[in-house]
Amino acid sequence: MKAVLVGATRGMGRALARLLAERGAAIFLLGRDAAELAASARDLEARGAHGPVRTAVLDLGAPGGFAPALDAADGALGRFDTVVVTGGLFARQAELAADFLRLERLLHVNFTGTVVFCQMVAERLATRGGGTICVFSSVAGDRPRRSNYLYGASKAGLSAFLDGLGQACAERGVRVVCVRPGFVKTEMTAGLPVPPFAGEPETVARTVLAAMEAGRPVVYAPGAWRWVMLVIRAMPRFLIRRLRF
Amino acid sequence: MGTLTDPEQGGSGAATLEAIGGWGRRPVRAGRVYRSARLTLPTGASPLLPRGLGRAYGDAALPASTEGLVIDTSRADRILDFDPASGLLTCEAGLSLAEILRVFLPRGWFPPVTPGTKFVTVGGCVACDVHGKNHHRDGSFGGFVEGLRLRAADGSSVVCGPSRERELFLATVGGMGLTGLIVEVTFRLRRIESPWIVRETQGMRGLDEMLDGLRVSARDWPYSVGWIDCLARGGALGRGVLMRGRHASRDEARGRGPRARPAPRVPCDAPEWLLNPAFMRLFNRLYHACYGAGREQRLVSYERFFYPLDALLDWNRLYGRRGFLQYQCALPHAAGAAPVRALLERLAGVGAGSFLAVIKDFGPGSEAYLSFPVAGITLSLDLPYRGRPTEELVHELNARVVQAGGRVYLAKDAVTRAADFALMMPRLAEWKAVRDRWDPHRRFRSAQSVRLFGDPA
Repeated sequence: MKAVLVGATRGMGRALARLLAERGAAIFLLGRDAAELAASARDLEARGAHGPVRTAVLDLGAPGGFAPALDAADGALGRFDTVVVTGGLFARQAELAADFLRLERLLHVNFTGTVVFCQMVAERLATRGGGTICVFSSVAGDRPRRSNYLYGASKAGLSAFLDGLGQACAERGVRVVCVRPGFVKTEMTAGLPVPPFAGEPETVARTVLAAMEAGRPVVYAPGAWRWVMLVIRAMPRFLIRRLRF
Repeated sequence: MGTLTDPEQGGSGAATLEAIGGWGRRPVRAGRVYRSARLTLPTGASPLLPRGLGRAYGDAALPASTEGLVIDTSRADRILDFDPASGLLTCEAGLSLAEILRVFLPRGWFPPVTPGTKFVTVGGCVACDVHGKNHHRDGSFGGFVEGLRLRAADGSSVVCGPSRERELFLATVGGMGLTGLIVEVTFRLRRIESPWIVRETQGMRGLDEMLDGLRVSARDWPYSVGWIDCLARGGALGRGVLMRGRHASRDEARGRGPRARPAPRVPCDAPEWLLNPAFMRLFNRLYHACYGAGREQRLVSYERFFYPLDALLDWNRLYGRRGFLQYQCALPHAAGAAPVRALLERLAGVGAGSFLAVIKDFGPGSEAYLSFPVAGITLSLDLPYRGRPTEELVHELNARVVQAGGRVYLAKDAVTRAADFALMMPRLAEWKAVRDRWDPHRRFRSAQSVRLFGDPA
């Protein structure tokens, strides 16, 4: 596997990158902070990644940098076949509601930037015969709730896009995996009250890798969230309003 | 209250107040935990305290007050460099020994020193200057550290080591995280040929035999430890099993790898009556019967030899809701066997029986100012917490330890008095002087440092 990972310096991305490294994948890291990328690259090399792990700076909010970053990845890996996007922004509902600039940046990164990036990647992979795109969306996109509908909307849009992209590219050999993590104990969720069925990044990483290998279009992680969201999606609107969650 | 996370990344705002305990679950304090993959100091005036995987038993990793911010380092766990020629490893401070074993054991590398659990961070190993079953031969963890990168109280990044900022290094090794936030550690792993240990066990009929056995084993075995039946009295006082081990060679291992076994978890707090004296007596008898009085040699996995308790996750819950105090002291050789005997007699007398009492000989101590080991004998035991009487027992044991010129281990301590500790540690003043230089306003402080060093709460 020759994988390009976006946002793999922390959390679930870090855990998945380590799993890939231990399986001997060749890895190229993209992210915002060059020093962080370099440290993670050393970590992945020590854990068994194939060859040196190279990096380039990429901000999902700045589409102008996408093509050069992908060129750099192609140059280092010799044509990548897998792209994983775990990068994205998160903030609580109250913070986004109170700060429009922050809201705009989050929507731009989580939806617009990620969509443009994936579209570009899909085109590259399709022209070279196929590959896998795995993108981390969220269960928050499954059903809007008052407690997180702004973040949730960015992920709902992303999930819809990935569904469509998977359909459009399947015939050209591109598999699209949409990961919908439930509550996972990472830095992103630090400080939030921990609900039942909360997962660890390492467990999520194993689930996601299995889904990538099986080519499953949608994967919930931890798995219990599939059933939790099934119930939440099926709830009538009046009940959701009453539950106030 | 400081800003807790990168606002770009999320988890923003203040962490919530939560109950924070040590592994003994006694005491428990309220505080906020800052969990980040990046080891930086939060802004603001809150007192800070680094914490790894929370395996210190007492109050060493508990915040000084509810205002305190505990910096959980366990997400900062990257390997930054490894030289397969020399075994020199540089990693972030939150990397655990469990992860090091997972990654490096199959390549033939082992931690130079390991405590009785692998669920500890490298930063914690440095801060507590942990020791293991090879102390008589190899000394403590700090002796293998070639360099540290710290985030000092003023936020600056400082590199120290045996020959660079030496005083800060000697104050940080064993310094319980009170000299700054350990960010990176460079230390040397040990080359091994197999994941197996050649273990030899031998029943010991009394204390003299046990002490003699440890002394003799030290000559030929890199690892040794004794288990003592704390309830045995009179002529049988100190009765137990002596275990010694060495890494098996490639030929002895015959290419096999140990089987990974799933570890069950204690699901809830056990009722307090579970570990009653009768049960402990039975356990101790059975344990003794299992190993018998004879000498037996066999090949065991490294996990079984070094980490028997890790096979049962959350085993500390067996002690019930009120938790337990772990007591570990070191008694110098100069004091002879008498204080060891006196301590064991006292414990057998109160019947405050320990589930597990461990005895081990220490080699020469380290130069680190607050490092615990000192050439002599160390005793370690669990005391189910039963309120004031348990604390009084610790003070009484401490008095005997002070008299013998010994000391207690801060990673396990929850109740020792400041005056007693000052009598135990001859280099305490030097440590305080270095701390005055690097953290004059005591930005780094813990419940333990409030208790022992008079820090503001």
